[in-house]
Amino acid sequence: MQLSEIRIAGFGGQGVILSAIVLGKAASIYQGAFATMTQNFGPEARGGACSAQLVLSDSPVLYPYVTRPDILVVISQEAYNKFGPELKDGGTLIVEQDLVRVSHIKEGIKVFSIPATRFAEELGKRMVLNSVMVGFFTAITHLLTPEAVRDAVADSVPANFRELNLKAFEKGLEYGNGVLINSPELRGFEAAAVVEE
Amino acid sequence: MPVDETVNPVEPFLRSDRMPHIWCPGCGIGTTVNCFARALIESKIDLQSLALVSGIGCTGRVAGYVKLDSFHTTHGRAIPFATGLKLANPKLNVVVYSGDGDLAAIGGNHLIHAARRNIDLKVICVNNLIYAMTGGQTAPTTPGHATTSTNPYGTFEPAFNLPHLVEAAGAVYIARWTTFHVRQLARSMSEAFSKKGFSFIEVISPCPTLYQRRNKMGDGLDTMKYYKEKSKTRHGAPTNEVGLTLNGEIVVGKFVDRDRPDYEAMMRGQYVEALGDRYVECGEMVCS
Amino acid sequence: MKADPRGVLTGVHFIDGDHACCEGALAAGARFAAGYPITPSTEVVERFASRVPTVGGTFIQMEDELAASIALQGAVWGGAKAFTVTSGPGFSLMMEHIGYAAMTETPCVFVNVQRGGPSTGLPTLPAQADMMQARWGSHGDYEVIALCPNSPQECFDLTIKAFNLAEEFRVPVMFMMDEVVGHMTEKVVIPAADEIEVVPRKHTHKSTKEYLPYQTNGNPVPEMAHAGEGYNFHVTGLTHDERGYPNMTPQTQDKLVRRLQSKVRAATDRIAMFEEEHLGDAEVAVVSYGITSRVAQRAVDLARQRGVKVGKLRLITAWPFPENKIKEVASRVKALVVPELNLGQMVREVERAAGGQAKTFAVSHAGGGVHDPQEILRVIEEANQCR
Repeated sequence: MQLSEIRIAGFGGQGVILSAIVLGKAASIYQGAFATMTQNFGPEARGGACSAQLVLSDSPVLYPYVTRPDILVVISQEAYNKFGPELKDGGTLIVEQDLVRVSHIKEGIKVFSIPATRFAEELGKRMVLNSVMVGFFTAITHLLTPEAVRDAVADSVPANFRELNLKAFEKGLEYGNGVLINSPELRGFEAAAVVEE
Repeated sequence: MPVDETVNPVEPFLRSDRMPHIWCPGCGIGTTVNCFARALIESKIDLQSLALVSGIGCTGRVAGYVKLDSFHTTHGRAIPFATGLKLANPKLNVVVYSGDGDLAAIGGNHLIHAARRNIDLKVICVNNLIYAMTGGQTAPTTPGHATTSTNPYGTFEPAFNLPHLVEAAGAVYIARWTTFHVRQLARSMSEAFSKKGFSFIEVISPCPTLYQRRNKMGDGLDTMKYYKEKSKTRHGAPTNEVGLTLNGEIVVGKFVDRDRPDYEAMMRGQYVEALGDRYVECGEMVCS
Repeated sequence: MKADPRGVLTGVHFIDGDHACCEGALAAGARFAAGYPITPSTEVVERFASRVPTVGGTFIQMEDELAASIALQGAVWGGAKAFTVTSGPGFSLMMEHIGYAAMTETPCVFVNVQRGGPSTGLPTLPAQADMMQARWGSHGDYEVIALCPNSPQECFDLTIKAFNLAEEFRVPVMFMMDEVVGHMTEKVVIPAADEIEVVPRKHTHKSTKEYLPYQTNGNPVPEMAHAGEGYNFHVTGLTHDERGYPNMTPQTQDKLVRRLQSKVRAATDRIAMFEEEHLGDAEVAVVSYGITSRVAQRAVDLARQRGVKVGKLRLITAWPFPENKIKEVASRVKALVVPELNLGQMVREVERAAGGQAKTFAVSHAGGGVHDPQEILRVIEEANQCR
């Protein structure tokens, strides 16, 4: 795995930090790679905008911060507006399609969207939205093996919600795989268009 | 303790190799230490389990003279030190012995919080109404109009009424005596040993060198006469009525004697309720 | 002695440095912490408060940092291994008690998760500007030990080391984290209890009659007793003799203060921990510590790619300052580059120890973030031009 800078951002309470923990665990504990996660602290981190930074690599991570993310995962419009411009040229944007309206996107950015909230609600709990996103991320980015992420999900959520979160993960994974199969050469807005159909 | 007619009965409690002590002629601190030793005899408390913690100041030197595990800590911090000591080894009986400036000014925050927590400490506050070690400056206990080296034209700040303060904060046992009331003082100290929780004994004590002299109140003996004449014993007196004035009456007695769970009991109760069998009581933390 | 398994959370974890520090303390045998909330350090005691009732210990949140920093010392004399955790302003308030611990030879650990200062500064953002305060902050002459972790794993490993050094030398040990290390989450491996070496309290074996609290016999570190054991010992922050009694003469002062200093200073080379890389052929050495060492490593790698003969020396022990190591490195290179998140603190020590053998370049950063590796790279290249 090449060094990948990832930012996950949304509202407090959406499981943003937990998503980053799950992915970091998957990489560093279940896949033998290295992961460093940092998050924004302070009053601004409560309630409103919430963001986690994750650096994944095959070799030990030295510089802990994300400056120009290769991958940006956004679960709120505010997070998209704030962090969208940081995305690296040719980077990957992953969005919750019902919460984020993608606009003014630079050319070359690959956009993938998923109605994760809707899926989570269909599974019975809106709060598993983050596990849907994690599954989708796993399918789209190919950075981590589904096995490693699955183990990390199981290890990171309360025992009584384990099954539900695993289902949510599978849903996101399956949807992501479907997106890739349907359009193997996804690029830019085409991706969003396909998903919205 | 075996009785030997030739030695002073309090001597076994003192570090005789540290005598003579530093206190001035007429100072009341030695008298309070005498009472403390008598209270130890009277209460038959296990001396090995007894630790004494002092802050800084003339009274802070008590720790150096008692033949006990004794800690002369930093200015104002005897109570938090004692809190850590007690929590690490709950079997200890921990006495805090310090002055009014140390306990009520620089250490005032710790005093009220320890009372609030009802941590099981016996606090003996020797109140000479002044900073003595440093040369007679105003203390938060100095009565209005008294002259000090930092209020040479007389003080004008209102003083703390310590029994009232610690009662409001939650102490379970509060008494005040003067160094004239040696028997009563020893009895109160002894009584406090049998009390679980935050106990506070204020001892009004002369500082002939700085307070009495500057305020033209005579020497140590004159102060004893003053204490004898002006003291009124009123057990159970409402503490808001026991404030001190420069020349007025000194209300003494046992003001508060009540029960409420101490810190350790509350801690244990809460942990047992929340954790059940998972709670491991700390007991003694000897890490050798 | 091996760690008490009750306190050891053996396994592979994905936790931040603050939490890893707490686990290190528990593994080291700490069963008492007194704290006062302050960002970005509070997570250490929050975790301790949640963990310690199930392993047989106590956490108390005190009314301020003065109280916390002395309550822990009361606990040590009561028999516990104890620590406190703070940051910037709280560390300033604890200074008097660091001196008290040094003077009374109370083994304990002060964790400082450094943030930007002075004053309230940057509560949620990093700095490394308390390095001199850690060494010189309390009044009078004394020595402390200070360690600088650069990852959550080291927050675990070195916290154990900090407690061990505190016990071995009977000194307060400063555990100098920073906001980034405290708040970054990485894999932390906690070994089995029987793989963790723990230094026990240097408790006396003497009888109550023979024991003198500050008597030294060959070893400059005296033996300790705890309250309640019948030793009737006295502890004071005043200048004291072997009996622990106040003795305020220049002779006693000289003997005591020199011993307090030399017991640590004489062991500098043994206490010194560092990490070096590419120093064999290096003409420039980057000397760094804490989070900055990771950023500096990136700069060193970039410089190496450009053909600059640069190596790195990472100080894990900041105090006592590893002078001999710096001297040795300085004798082999032409320049020393010292990046740190302050406007020039440890660089002065480096310069002093180098003694003119190599030119010293500071890479200052006022804190609030970490260096841009390019900035360090630029100074490495500049240093490489020097004669």
